[in-house]
Amino acid sequence: MKMVLLIISVLSIGFGLPASAAQHDEYPVASPPFSEGIFPCSNCHAGLSLNTKKRALKDEHASIKLHHAEKERWCLDCHHARNRDKLKLADGEIINFTESYRLCGQCHGNIYRDWRAGIHGKRVGSFKGGKRTYFLCVHCHNPHDPKFKPLKPEPPPNKPDPKHGR
Amino acid sequence: MSTGALAGLSLGTLSCTQVRIEEFLQKHFREMSEDEKKAVIRRLEERYAKKYGRKVQISKQPAEAGALWGYGLDLSRCIGCRRCVYACVEENNQSRAKPQLQWIRVIRLKKGSLINLENAEHYYNPETVPEPGFMYMPVQCQQCENPPCVRVCPVKATWTEPDGIVVVDYNWCIGCRYCMAACPYKGRVFNWAEPNLPAAELNSEVHYLGNRPRMKNVVEKCTFCVQRVRQGRYPACVEICPTGTRKFGNLLDPNSEIRYLIEKKRVFRLKEDLNTEPRFYYFFSA
Repeated sequence: MKMVLLIISVLSIGFGLPASAAQHDEYPVASPPFSEGIFPCSNCHAGLSLNTKKRALKDEHASIKLHHAEKERWCLDCHHARNRDKLKLADGEIINFTESYRLCGQCHGNIYRDWRAGIHGKRVGSFKGGKRTYFLCVHCHNPHDPKFKPLKPEPPPNKPDPKHGR
Repeated sequence: MSTGALAGLSLGTLSCTQVRIEEFLQKHFREMSEDEKKAVIRRLEERYAKKYGRKVQISKQPAEAGALWGYGLDLSRCIGCRRCVYACVEENNQSRAKPQLQWIRVIRLKKGSLINLENAEHYYNPETVPEPGFMYMPVQCQQCENPPCVRVCPVKATWTEPDGIVVVDYNWCIGCRYCMAACPYKGRVFNWAEPNLPAAELNSEVHYLGNRPRMKNVVEKCTFCVQRVRQGRYPACVEICPTGTRKFGNLLDPNSEIRYLIEKKRVFRLKEDLNTEPRFYYFFSA
């Protein structure tokens, strides 16, 4: 029995690998929308001691109001604690900010699938031949407060002149 | 008697310059030889250069084989911000005001009565969009496979290109507006007066069948930005949309974005019952 289980698990790992490798395709993404002068994070964090206690930040990053399942998580669930210029997946894998779609895709799997197909999100440039750029999730959704914010609409069309034709 | 002299006679008392005569005798675009097309484009480029003080490049790039363009619009994402309307106007050299011509009309519908177009509103103007309880539906030319506008044109000034784009030869259009009456989508607009396009706002990369500056008394419409898509670039409305509502691609390419959404999402086409067979797919991603 143990032998059968072992064979099954070996097989599933063997088949699982190519599938997971395919999910890690890199996409031609635009550079992440950092606030000016904030990146690399290690510029400041290199000299700071690590405090892993969940708390409200008072001195820095005070403008960030986490509104994204804030009861369940905080900074260091996504930002890597020791390697501040990177993000961290739930399985501990360290990734670049340019791959942040993988981080979002951990929970938002169906949207990640649509994003990879070009249905959720936005692509600009050439759909054929030339350079095409994919927007990252964070270009439209602030990762700390992801709900899309209302916009001021452009003006409506002019109404026909009521005096016209009289 | 030469054809030039004939034309001069038939124009009667009009003051006829050589250019006017050439314009009067210009053939239908699809009946021109390559040389004739070149001559027409040269003449138009000179005229635009004089009028706008800028060099304008007119493309006549034909449809490529194996392309059939289709459009997808995600109704669960559109917030009605009208960015597309104005990006289109800038890209396609529409008249800005008096007459104000726009190829995209964003209509607002009450949630729960999506198909009730009778209650659609396109003058909505709140502080911010989206408004609770409403949804938004941009409408433009649907590039029908069975276009009623083409069928009614008495002079065949409008036709479907091999890549599915319905175009107008503005020089052949007589301004009868039958096509506007026939279109069930209000996809066409008319230059009731001399178009009002400031020279500084002219987009100088134009296509003969698309966004070249128009004249008074001709009909115009969305061409899926023919000048862009034939170069492999997304239409202007796709690029400007802040919510990624607008999708575009080749219906014949099984790996295209448009094919993905047709196969995987809930899709409908506007006024399907009219048998116009639009190549414009509204869908719901969520």
